[in-house]
Amino acid sequence: MRNIFLFIRRYFNFLFFMVMQLVALYMLFHFNRFHEAAFLGVASKVTGKVNEKYNNIEYYFKLKKANEALVKENEELRNRLHENFDVPDTALKMFRDTVAFDSLGHFRKWAYLSAKVISNSVNFQNNYFTINLGSKHGIRKEMGVMSPSGVAGTVINTSENMAIVMSMLNIQFRLSAKLKKSGETGAVFWDGKNASYVTMINLPKSMPVNKGDTIVTSQYSTRYPQGVMVGTVAEVVDDKSSNFYTLKIKTATDFYNLEHANIVQNLFRDEQKKLEDSIKTNE
Amino acid sequence: MSDLVKNIIRFALFIFIQVFVLFQIQPLHRFVIPYIYFLYILWLPFRIPRVTLTLVGFLFGLTLDFFTVSPGLHAAACTMIAYLRPFLINILIPQEGAEQNYKSPSITSMGLAPYATYILILTLVHNIWLVLLEWINVSGNFWFFLGKVLATSGISLLLILVTELLFYRKEKFRTNTA
Repeated sequence: MRNIFLFIRRYFNFLFFMVMQLVALYMLFHFNRFHEAAFLGVASKVTGKVNEKYNNIEYYFKLKKANEALVKENEELRNRLHENFDVPDTALKMFRDTVAFDSLGHFRKWAYLSAKVISNSVNFQNNYFTINLGSKHGIRKEMGVMSPSGVAGTVINTSENMAIVMSMLNIQFRLSAKLKKSGETGAVFWDGKNASYVTMINLPKSMPVNKGDTIVTSQYSTRYPQGVMVGTVAEVVDDKSSNFYTLKIKTATDFYNLEHANIVQNLFRDEQKKLEDSIKTNE
Repeated sequence: MSDLVKNIIRFALFIFIQVFVLFQIQPLHRFVIPYIYFLYILWLPFRIPRVTLTLVGFLFGLTLDFFTVSPGLHAAACTMIAYLRPFLINILIPQEGAEQNYKSPSITSMGLAPYATYILILTLVHNIWLVLLEWINVSGNFWFFLGKVLATSGISLLLILVTELLFYRKEKFRTNTA
């Protein structure tokens, strides 16, 4: 026993170093489970206020670019208005009401909230950004986040007034996407290299893919409505031995200048999840 | 100003510069990430006990982790250099008792060549450990690892050189009567 104490006293510095190092490594490699409880809660409380103050200043320098993006989005939305479309036979004119339910059975599935991005990173392998809405405003985990021009990330933790969003530029990010022109689906992820490009895999070769083709979110995603822009094909890697394409995609969102974000809420998510979970428990 | 107050201000300043200036710069290349914050640990006084030094290193790294949402990444690297620092100083310090005559490591207290070696080795250790931990999480190839270590260290050393020239620290020679 005495020897143990002597040993500890003699090598106390080294042991203390090992303990600190192990604590750090534990946090690093157990981040997924760990962040739930402690880290992000504290992080958003402490750093959120500082980030918000900083963003107030930085905001003015990015106004021009943010404006341009918003104007573009407006234009796109105007083009989608139902007044723009007309069916030749006037008796069959269709329009959709925005009321939650109408007599034809249309219902609202997606609701949007707009938020400001108060801190952002593109430098790391795992990038996150913070938005200025939190649980108080109805933001919850696993909600999708869009920039004015396309998919941006997923909410992973919320505090009362802020939420942390896992950016698309995060190697843990996965998204189901499809080719806009033909509808084949595949998976999109980031390879950790360039902040302007993401990778798409598992796209079947049944349809030829060209440079410049548009990739949008698929109908299988529970976080985004279908048809949200992901990006355009920048390079097609044609692997002869495989039946699938690997695509390099230029992201629609400019992650270097992220100012505004829209949070998408799937109003049927809980129902869908409950239904799907019930099958899993029955197995 | 007492050493404690000075170092607390430095702590905040280094974090602030790293997060709100250097991390905001659009990366030139994916290999190049400008790190300078760990200079804080290299500038800490000689007399600080080794356990405290390790602890300060850990807390300093963790503070940066709070801003970058990467728990443990920078903390691990900072703990590493904070632990290795005393060994390196013991080897590199030129004359007997210099650590009693001067307050903290600098060109005047250690001499140019030993101080440069000290900075070079700890910068490399910091960046190797940091990039290694990041690299394990991503399946990149070895050249990615090597390139990133070298490019990041190069930028770090350049930034440290600029900092040393801009903020020249006068080290007073202290007699042992104090």
